[in-house]
Amino acid sequence: MTVVGRPGPQGPGLTKAIASWFGGRPFSQCGMLLGAVAIFGLFGNTMLGNMHRFGIVPGFAFLNHAANFEIGESLISYSSRDSYARAILVGLLNTIQVAIFGCILATVLGVALGVARLSGNRLLSGLAQVYVEVVRNTPLLLQLFFWNATIHALPGPREALQPVDGFLLSNRGVFLPALRDPSGQGWLFPGMLAGLLLLLGLAWLRRRRRQGPSLRYAIGVLAISVLVPAGVALGSGSRVRIELPALHGFNITGGMSVSPEFVALLVALVVNAAAGICEIVRGGIQAIPPGQWDAAAALGLTRWGSLRLVILPQALRVIIPLMTSSYLSLTKNSSLAVAIGFPDLVSVVNTGANQTGQVFETITIMMTVYLTLSLFVSVAMNLYNRRLALQGYAR
Amino acid sequence: MALLSILTAILATTAASAGTTLDAIRARGSIKVGVGTGPGFFAPDSAGRWQGFFVDFGRALAIAVFIDPDKVQFVSSSPQQRLGALQSGEFDILLSGVTETVTRATKLGFHFGPVIFYDGQGLLVPKKLGITKGSQLDGATVCVQTGTTGELNIADFFRKNKIAFKPVVIEDTSEFLKAFTSGRCDVLTQDASDLTIRRSQLANPQDYLLLPERISKEPLAPAIRYGDDQWLEIVNWVVYATIQAEEFGITKANVDQFLTSDDPAIRRFLGVDPTIGEATKLDPKFIYTIIKTLGNYGEIFERNLGPSTKLGFDRSYNQLWSKGGLLYSPPFR
Repeated sequence: MTVVGRPGPQGPGLTKAIASWFGGRPFSQCGMLLGAVAIFGLFGNTMLGNMHRFGIVPGFAFLNHAANFEIGESLISYSSRDSYARAILVGLLNTIQVAIFGCILATVLGVALGVARLSGNRLLSGLAQVYVEVVRNTPLLLQLFFWNATIHALPGPREALQPVDGFLLSNRGVFLPALRDPSGQGWLFPGMLAGLLLLLGLAWLRRRRRQGPSLRYAIGVLAISVLVPAGVALGSGSRVRIELPALHGFNITGGMSVSPEFVALLVALVVNAAAGICEIVRGGIQAIPPGQWDAAAALGLTRWGSLRLVILPQALRVIIPLMTSSYLSLTKNSSLAVAIGFPDLVSVVNTGANQTGQVFETITIMMTVYLTLSLFVSVAMNLYNRRLALQGYAR
Repeated sequence: MALLSILTAILATTAASAGTTLDAIRARGSIKVGVGTGPGFFAPDSAGRWQGFFVDFGRALAIAVFIDPDKVQFVSSSPQQRLGALQSGEFDILLSGVTETVTRATKLGFHFGPVIFYDGQGLLVPKKLGITKGSQLDGATVCVQTGTTGELNIADFFRKNKIAFKPVVIEDTSEFLKAFTSGRCDVLTQDASDLTIRRSQLANPQDYLLLPERISKEPLAPAIRYGDDQWLEIVNWVVYATIQAEEFGITKANVDQFLTSDDPAIRRFLGVDPTIGEATKLDPKFIYTIIKTLGNYGEIFERNLGPSTKLGFDRSYNQLWSKGGLLYSPPFR
């Protein structure tokens, strides 16, 4: 993004900057630009004409109309009386949810596999290789169907597996106990969140100054961050309780639940992306000259210590840019959810397009949203990459 | 993807705008018919030849235009994709069990021919749940297929009865069935005729019950794009011809005897008197050939869906008006 790497003298001023966009042949560049605009204009004109012929009124007014369809799972309250805009937001949040969990879990699994792949233990590295080859060489959609079928093969809600009390495993999803604050004053969760943020802030300070609160201190903060809000909540008379999931009518209710489609999608995406990340990590580590290992060993570091303190920090410079594309494809691959019935953005927008006929508008919304999501991931990763990059090597 | 096909349609300059659908059909030498998948309604037989109730109406159209039941191509399309595909000109007509609705007819820009099958949305449940009517389904998980009117109907039904449900919306037909048989959903909802077919495909059909109530009206009609009135009239009168033939009592077996009839209505109908052929600009013998080849509405129904078939539908609303059903043809004169 920065211009550090460009050779030649750089003149100051906006005029020069603009002139530099057009390069040495400003007229042909302008011609190209006009040509591109003309082509899009032609497309747009044809499109409007055809929409008129089909009797479709272009515009986004439909977003305020009642959606009239239900959505299976939602992070925010939603009913069929809500607008299309809210339905799309529900889909978007579902997509973001699966993407965030997917990226985190895929990173953990992928790094572990990448390290295992380089292990001196033949069995371990062999297994990691088999994993990578199997996952990488089968289509993701097929894997998704496989995981979905696996989860559907679990027993029904009435015969749900219960390995631990309050932890139910059925083909209707995974059910966990949840903390409930029925008083509705809502002190507990924001308090805990604030405590955790405080803790993260302290940890960051400590890293930055290479000094600061010790681990013991951090545990203290963590305890306070949980206990104080809990104490306040109890003191203020709310009855916080742990809610256990239980069978009620057709379904298991209460507690927290994760739908089977979400689990299947998440597992499929994580397993798939981890194979790619494994290879990226392996490549990154192997890109570090072997002398670094020797040097670390000479300093008396164990193999694990060398990996953690010497090799991985350098390998990250190679790994991060590649990880960005893994994260991007994971986010976009989450749109396969429509095949198994997880209500992600594409699924909701498809339904909306089908009911309203506003295909062009809904496609535009979908493209804009995915583009924004992807750019957001890119920017975040680029910022991180810039911090890691060696000074003077930045491009 | 489905939406992209519509998008390309919207962006395409040529598509259907050049000339009428009927001209395009004549130039191509065959009719392109969009169908679904499901035995009885539309499915290829062991020889790869399409068979079924809706397929027969596609062949009747081919007879009307070309006097040849084989000058027709059937293309199967998922519920999610079919309307977009029709709009973009991939088919000349959609005979895939599309419900006629006001939104589709006005906002989405489709003309509908006469209803050829009166259906209603049903609820299929496993017998072991012990359910006898829809209002007992509070809290149930319901599997719905995308792109159908079912998604809206089921939301309306549960809202009207003030009970809750959890939808699982699946595009792929086989995943949709698997989700039900594996117990992911308590209820499968779809047009009742479709549910009957799906149930017959399950491993243990007797374990599942199609609830007697219908939560919606689903008049299934042929759909075509806006913009070709003559093609619409051909579709209309081909469907009416099969109904009128049943009313006249003309069948595949006895149609030749009717050729010598003195009744002027029948002489006009079968093309002995060429008035209708002139009016429709079609071969005057097109109705005769349709009946000779495929039979009347009742015969088409019996052959594909009736009690003698595996599906065993009774005529119910799909009976002549004179016998208590809803089928009524305007006069052929």
